[in-house]
Amino acid sequence: MENILEIKNLCKKYKEFELQDVNITLPKGMIMGFIGENGAGKTTTIKAILDIIRNYTGEIKIFGYDNKKDSKKIKEDIGAVLDDMFFPEILTPNDINNIMKDIYKNWDSELYFKYLIDFGLPKTKQIKTFSKGMRKKLEIATAISHHPKLLILDEPTAGLDPIARNEVIDIFQSFIQNEECSIFLSSHITTDLEHIADYITFINSGKIILSKTREELLEDFGIVKCSKEEFEKIDKKDFIKYKKSKYEYDILVENKKDFYKKYGINTIDRITLEELMVLMIKGEE
Amino acid sequence: MDIIISNNSNQPIFEQIKQAIKKAIASDELKENEMLPSIRNLAQDLRISVMTVKRAYDELEQEGFIKTIHGKGSLVATKNIELLREEQMKEIEKYIDKIVLISKSSNISKEEILETFEYLYGENE
Repeated sequence: MENILEIKNLCKKYKEFELQDVNITLPKGMIMGFIGENGAGKTTTIKAILDIIRNYTGEIKIFGYDNKKDSKKIKEDIGAVLDDMFFPEILTPNDINNIMKDIYKNWDSELYFKYLIDFGLPKTKQIKTFSKGMRKKLEIATAISHHPKLLILDEPTAGLDPIARNEVIDIFQSFIQNEECSIFLSSHITTDLEHIADYITFINSGKIILSKTREELLEDFGIVKCSKEEFEKIDKKDFIKYKKSKYEYDILVENKKDFYKKYGINTIDRITLEELMVLMIKGEE
Repeated sequence: MDIIISNNSNQPIFEQIKQAIKKAIASDELKENEMLPSIRNLAQDLRISVMTVKRAYDELEQEGFIKTIHGKGSLVATKNIELLREEQMKEIEKYIDKIVLISKSSNISKEEILETFEYLYGENE
């Protein structure tokens, strides 16, 4: 089993929204960033992976096992943080430790309390006194303290200040020091992902429109800036999207070097994930 | 070994890693057969993706600077001084290319460029 997560033809229909043939493959030891606009289908996909929504079709395999049929075998090895799931307000981090001890065979109290100290979270205060950032950090500490092999995180850095985001990213990176472990995280804070994600998967209106390695997307892809005259000479097959503005054309190309070799236009910029998102969604074909 | 990653550089991060390692090999800071940090360790220390470090290592291996022993890690290959010199020469050529481009587009003569070069070259010695 080389892939920790495999999603094939996942579909889910709501009245006004539909996930269409979502295919995702995440190899061992890697971090995949899952990006897209609000409402693009990130959370629905994550909930399907965790099998907490109904009536979806397609195949989801985690550690090679079916996520529905073999759920007992895989639950112990998954850690999850969801956007809209909180612990009861009257619990304290200490209570959570006592509850989790009974739920997970591999629960590691020592590790959990270490994270609480690292994150500056008090053990004996009720969660209702916690700020949004503190809650998120508590959820992450809880998700990771039973030594899972796959971490699934929906917007784990939303609501965190830059310092806390940094701490969390450090934890993610040390998590995958073990080559058997992977992380699947959604985020619309693309700068967090630009450096640490090994794969980027981009969902738009319920469809996966790109899924590539970070290297391909951020180092090989590029934005060509050119004049109308130059643009008209370019073969449509050689670009993905374009956007025209008053003074120039912005063209998204898959490989900067190949494009340069073919057309000799050397105003080609590197691309950020944010620019990529905007061009993919707003650009013309 | 220093590996300095600039996020504002036009150079991709994997290139920056490659350059840093080549420099360390050229200056003998990294000796023959010396082990390089593991891909995962270096990725964590530099706070970058595993894939980025892997790309740097893969290319360094293809270019003959390092070799990877399966299950053990990567180490500095037998040094090839010619190869390193060639690399450096290529780097210089890139800059000269730029000089030629700029001088031609703005009608600055070759003589003027050479003069400036002589002047600056002397200065830096």
